[in-house]
Amino acid sequence: MAEHALQFLQANPLTYAVVKILIVFAVLSGLVAYLVYMERKVLAFMQARLGPMRVGPWGLLQPVADGIKLLLKEDIIPEGADRWVFLIAPAISVAAAFTCFAVVPFAGNFFVTDVNIGLLFILAVSSLGIYGIILGGWASNSHYPLLGALRSSAQLVSYEVAAGMAIVGVLLVSNSLSMVEIVKRQQEMGLWNVLVQPVACIIYVIAAVAETNRNPFDLPEAESELTAGFHTEYSGFRFALYFLAEYTNMVLVSCIAVTLFFGGWLRPFQSVRALDFLNYMPPVGLLGGAVFVFLLGRHNRVPMERVFFIGLAVVLVLLAGLVAIPVVLNAVQGIFWFTVKVLAFLYAFIWYRATFPRYRYDQLMNVGWRVMIPLALANLIVTAVLRYFLSSHGSASPAARLIGF
Amino acid sequence: MVPVSHVLALSVILFGLGAAGFIVRRNIITIFMCIELMLNAVNLAFIAFSRYLGDPDGQIFVFFVIVVAAAEAAMGLAIIIAVQRNRQTLSIDDLDSMKL
Amino acid sequence: MTLLQIAFFFLSALALASAILVITRRNAVHSVIWLIVTLFSVGGIFLLLHAEFLFAVQVILYVGGIMVLFLFVVMLVNLDVAVKQAQFSRQWQLALATAIILMAELAYGIYRGHQGFTLAQTSAVPPTIGNTQAVALALYQDYMLPVEIASVLLLVAMVGAVVMAKRKLE
Repeated sequence: MAEHALQFLQANPLTYAVVKILIVFAVLSGLVAYLVYMERKVLAFMQARLGPMRVGPWGLLQPVADGIKLLLKEDIIPEGADRWVFLIAPAISVAAAFTCFAVVPFAGNFFVTDVNIGLLFILAVSSLGIYGIILGGWASNSHYPLLGALRSSAQLVSYEVAAGMAIVGVLLVSNSLSMVEIVKRQQEMGLWNVLVQPVACIIYVIAAVAETNRNPFDLPEAESELTAGFHTEYSGFRFALYFLAEYTNMVLVSCIAVTLFFGGWLRPFQSVRALDFLNYMPPVGLLGGAVFVFLLGRHNRVPMERVFFIGLAVVLVLLAGLVAIPVVLNAVQGIFWFTVKVLAFLYAFIWYRATFPRYRYDQLMNVGWRVMIPLALANLIVTAVLRYFLSSHGSASPAARLIGF
Repeated sequence: MVPVSHVLALSVILFGLGAAGFIVRRNIITIFMCIELMLNAVNLAFIAFSRYLGDPDGQIFVFFVIVVAAAEAAMGLAIIIAVQRNRQTLSIDDLDSMKL
Repeated sequence: MTLLQIAFFFLSALALASAILVITRRNAVHSVIWLIVTLFSVGGIFLLLHAEFLFAVQVILYVGGIMVLFLFVVMLVNLDVAVKQAQFSRQWQLALATAIILMAELAYGIYRGHQGFTLAQTSAVPPTIGNTQAVALALYQDYMLPVEIASVLLLVAMVGAVVMAKRKLE
């Protein structure tokens, strides 16, 4: 049955692609919904609170409740707004964010497509997201959204330059624009790009935070000065779309950072034989999760929730057993490490929000243009020069191997 | 397989539309956009030929056209802002102080 | 009809329809939006013609850069006056006739030369190296000097734009 399905899919590449797109879309939507939950829980944890607890066991149904609330709210179109532009703008943001995932390699054996201009594709499509913000701010026919939109787009444009130049550094090291090739190159080197291009990595991560309008660069929605920024006039479903776009972008930049700098789907220390036991991390991790859930839910006062937690623990144990089968283990190895790395990045995003105070607008621009861009340029020049000299003297020299040529 | 003549036909119509807009409209910004439209029509023709001759040179031309278009847009829009600031109008019919 | 042809006709129709909307819209912001759609569909046709690199350049530079600049300027200048003014110049009939004659002339040229183009189709072999690589090799080997000149041009344009748009210090 499963084999038949697989054969059918391989014979019909178009259907196969659609199936993969649907899977990625469904998983991402779910992930984004629970990312909001995760953000509230992690922030609560950092502030010694409990966070959402009322809807479902440990507030696990909170995203569903939020979604229903947003969908049922009145969809207001302000007077004097440019109707069509106002309606379409949020959709542009979401579409741009989701389209980029077409070229992200989630594992060596699972990606929607691998194009030879993968990196350029991501740069191109993510630069379209800015239209959702500018047009939404303009079409609202209101002052706060317009100012928020102008701020936001200026910020996006400035930091896109720095991020783009950081990416070119990676490109010089890996010789390819294809995302899959970039990861394979890191596998060949036995080194993640973060060690080869540390400056580029730092610049990219900072620029990524700025591009997703997250703290400490969340000026476009500085509620103390601009009420809510470019989406002040939006409500209900359309507001939810902007929200979705923002969180999808967070996942996207995490995926890109992981792919470019942290070895994508590769296991940590893949080239070290002594650490091969790490291959068994997926079942061990699931078992650990089961134990955690069991300990957490055992003493719950609501009987239904106690049953739920113990059931969840059992499901996790069964999953761990399934994953421990060698064939399955090999298949999920890549996706497991990719997910772990992306989740670590997302955790860091939330951590920044709990830690850093917001920048002032002029400080933001100063950091962008006077620090990040010159630094990225310098990194690019140094990488190019090193690359030229080392590759012309044969790439077999130890120094060349160390920095990955 | 798309025949090259189809692409060229599209390119001609786009160029014609750009040219028509260029001479018909009064708003400077729209006129400027029509120039971009014409440039793109030309780019399309270049790429069509590059594809059918199997030679990347046509694409190099397009690359330079886009670079020049970027420079032109930066300058042109700066001029538009300056005009708007000094004259408070964007209609080319009102910008006639150089006429005798 | 193959998928490729369907895609081509769809993108062409989109490009033409939005190009017509660009030159007829009263509000400049709407013109900009439709121009973005035109540029995007032309970019899609680039992709169909195996010019992936230029598709990326078209989207990054044109759609993501130049058109954002247009939108900024359109938002900075006061549009309320411009919307109320007459949109078309007085001799628009004459102008339209000129444009149609120009189009007819070009179309005639293509129609006559159309045999010559079909011959070249046979040489459309799949390239051995990637498109990005082919363009890069040509750019940095055969066209080194033009690249340098283009970068100087961009620098000049940047300085010029800053000087022009800056308010006079008084």
